[in-house]
Amino acid sequence: MSTSTSSARTGRTPADAPARAGGAARRRPVTARRVVLYAVLTLVSLAWLFPVLWAFYNSFRDYGYTALNGYVSFGGFTLDNYGRAWEQGNFGQFFVNTLIIVVPSVLITLFLASMVAFVLARFSWKLNVAMLVFFTAANLLPQQALLIPLFRFFLRVGLYDTYWAVIIVHIAFQMGFCTFVLSNYMKTLPKELTEAAFVDGASVLRQYWQIVMPLCRPPLAALATLQVTWVYNDFFWAVAFLSTGSKFPVTSALANLQGQFFIDYNLLSAGSVIVAVPTLVVFFALQRHFVSGLTLGANKG
Amino acid sequence: MTATPIAPPPARAVGGAAPRRRKRLQLLTTRDRLVLTVMVAVPALLVLCIVWLPALGTVLLSFTGWNGIGGLDRITFIGLENYENVTTNYPPFWIAIRNNVLWLAVFFLVATPLGMFLAVLLDRDLKGSWFYRSSIYLPVVLSLALAGFIWQLQYSRDQGLLNAMLGLDGSDRVDWYGDPSVNIWAVLVAASWRHVGYIMLLYLAGLKSVDLALKEAAAMDGASESRTFFSVVFPTLAPINVVVLVITVIESLRAFDLVWVVNKGRNGLEVLSALVTANIIGEASLVGFGSAIATVLLLISLVFIVPYLGSILREERR
Repeated sequence: MSTSTSSARTGRTPADAPARAGGAARRRPVTARRVVLYAVLTLVSLAWLFPVLWAFYNSFRDYGYTALNGYVSFGGFTLDNYGRAWEQGNFGQFFVNTLIIVVPSVLITLFLASMVAFVLARFSWKLNVAMLVFFTAANLLPQQALLIPLFRFFLRVGLYDTYWAVIIVHIAFQMGFCTFVLSNYMKTLPKELTEAAFVDGASVLRQYWQIVMPLCRPPLAALATLQVTWVYNDFFWAVAFLSTGSKFPVTSALANLQGQFFIDYNLLSAGSVIVAVPTLVVFFALQRHFVSGLTLGANKG
Repeated sequence: MTATPIAPPPARAVGGAAPRRRKRLQLLTTRDRLVLTVMVAVPALLVLCIVWLPALGTVLLSFTGWNGIGGLDRITFIGLENYENVTTNYPPFWIAIRNNVLWLAVFFLVATPLGMFLAVLLDRDLKGSWFYRSSIYLPVVLSLALAGFIWQLQYSRDQGLLNAMLGLDGSDRVDWYGDPSVNIWAVLVAASWRHVGYIMLLYLAGLKSVDLALKEAAAMDGASESRTFFSVVFPTLAPINVVVLVITVIESLRAFDLVWVVNKGRNGLEVLSALVTANIIGEASLVGFGSAIATVLLLISLVFIVPYLGSILREERR
């Protein structure tokens, strides 16, 4: 997704070619079509950014000021909303809850998925393809279709309203996608790697942990980024399997916050920004991993 | 988006090496074979118990009159009665079907083509393309629930920007999330806002893998840019198209978070997934009844999942 790759392969017409080669790629004639292109892209980008920027803008404004002057105004800047939103929204607690769910979910998902992927990608079993379908399809079912039996099951075994219920479901549900991506990646690793180790008498566990896994750092980093975002963003499973409000992770707590910030939209904005911060960190700092994770599976090799 | 991205089959065929590998498997020690079995069996058991058996359980429960009280021995089979009730005695069901279809239609006819169009525009050497790309895909990292929250700032009747911009006052003001005649559209705008970026990312990745020579050859033959895209580029994107199709369908069936945050899926925002949840978690606890709706949801998604998996199978066998 880097600009260097895209510029290396652009150049639509033969007429463009000399310009590209000459290193003066920027000296393209300003045609009406290009102006329209830039105008359309700028408009769309701004429209897409706007809702987030609007929340950001109003989160720094005093409620009294906006109540008096309306939201379409400028001024009344303050930082108070953040402090109040943090307090009233009980975000400290909710972020801890999220952490308790996200960390084990992602780690265990990647661990289990990498084992399955290793076996499916590096060894030939009769059931290889069937297993891959078994895992991948599980990821595609609508969550609500599993709700009733799972709900009853967790209630019966005493896991209802515990973090484990949410964590276990995340693991089972997310494993399909991770297995698929990892097994595709592992298939691209040269066979000679493990074969040499095999001849040297290395056990399968060693082949997995010391040879294949270290080579899988890129997809693992991408998947970890993606999974953290998804599990963080999950709303449904926590709503379904937790009943104590104070146990909710941040995203699921949103529904309750709405009531608390009902009238004060500046507070609502600040709350939204607080909830968005971790994913925005992913967006800005780990963009490369996020994008490659999303497209890793979707692209050949 | 809890999870969706699904991958098309890998291009590489494992083919030729199969006989040698099978021999290798026989060479493994008993201990190694045991280890390999455990490595697959434990995760498989988990997925079986947490995903497949519950899905099956939902289908079975949909034929029963269980209300969730008492043990499993209190379950009585009542045939298709739940389905009859759902389709004839339960108005929200058809509203939900209509809304889900609408959701699918808007995603398919507006959001997905728009995402694809933006990807095509951005797949070239542009100044500031990082900015364009990032702004459009920013919503993808936010949760659907948060998207609902953020859009509330536009849609609110009293404090929202939309009413202010439209110059609506007093009783003319529209409660965009609350008014059942418009709220589904308001929600669809928020959902599409996220979906477009997602689709754009997928197509951008797909377009990268299209052979440049193809496009150049078409351009040299004098094909216009749109002609080049539809006749030359688009057909080579087949694997991505399949992924996008599946993602679009699944995302529209999972349209849960957004409506639940807004009003728990009532009053104009009925969707199948929210109806299931309301019937189970809600005070009524109509297990059999909710299961019937869940089964309908499951069947609709299987209609799309099965052919997709079939294509994976074909590719793998090759």
